[in-house]
Amino acid sequence: MTAVFFWIFAGLITGSALLAVTRRNGVAAALWAAVSFVGIAGIFVLLGAYFLAVVEVLVYAGAIMVLFLFVIMLLNLRDADLAVVQGPRLHAIGAVLGALFLMGLVWTCRRAGLFEVSLDAAGPRGETGSVAVPLFRDYALPFEIVSFLLLAAMVGAVLLTKRRLS
Amino acid sequence: MTVGHLVTLAGVLFTLGMLGVLSRRNILIVLLSVELMLNAAALAFVAFAGYHKNLDGQVMVFFAIAVAAAEVAVGLALVIALFRLRVTVDADQVSLLKR
Repeated sequence: MTAVFFWIFAGLITGSALLAVTRRNGVAAALWAAVSFVGIAGIFVLLGAYFLAVVEVLVYAGAIMVLFLFVIMLLNLRDADLAVVQGPRLHAIGAVLGALFLMGLVWTCRRAGLFEVSLDAAGPRGETGSVAVPLFRDYALPFEIVSFLLLAAMVGAVLLTKRRLS
Repeated sequence: MTVGHLVTLAGVLFTLGMLGVLSRRNILIVLLSVELMLNAAALAFVAFAGYHKNLDGQVMVFFAIAVAAAEVAVGLALVIALFRLRVTVDADQVSLLKR
């Protein structure tokens, strides 16, 4: 049963990501990316990472994509103003790099025997309580540093968009 | 659903994001594609957290999402400031530091 859902979510993720990077309309691209993120949250649920699934939907699809949509609509560019894509040479470079990367990745996974390890079996479930233990015990310092990072990002974003620094 | 399948899915998503970064001229779409790549890495982290039966991978994804949020905020602020200065988000037209 998990296999069926995995392929459904995998198809959703890949399809909507492909649509996201090919849309001419910025709003459509952001919305397709949000669909892709919800698909990733679905895979997280399949893997038992329930806390991360909720965080992904709340923060990524819910806050980051909304921020993107705000900016896209604020800048209010008409689609005809921009050429959509770069030239064919960059396309070719991208296709070659992508193919090489994927082939190398699949080959490495096959060699490491990763295609035999099934994740259907019960591992530690990533519920909020279970994730909180390593987060606040082993990784308490990075947690505090991330809070400073978010503060810096907030201050930086406000400062960068101020019209006059006086 | 094996670890290999999940890592391959993460790789495919990463490649799609990379193609978006390389082939789009709108800076906003490039930033969007970078977010796709970050999510692909997050997926790989969770897959390996399951492989090693260790939740540290999921903690890493938590931090990755927080860092991505900070990066998007600052990146979009930069795009807005750039747009105010140059009135374009075409990546090719802002390739010089000075006008």
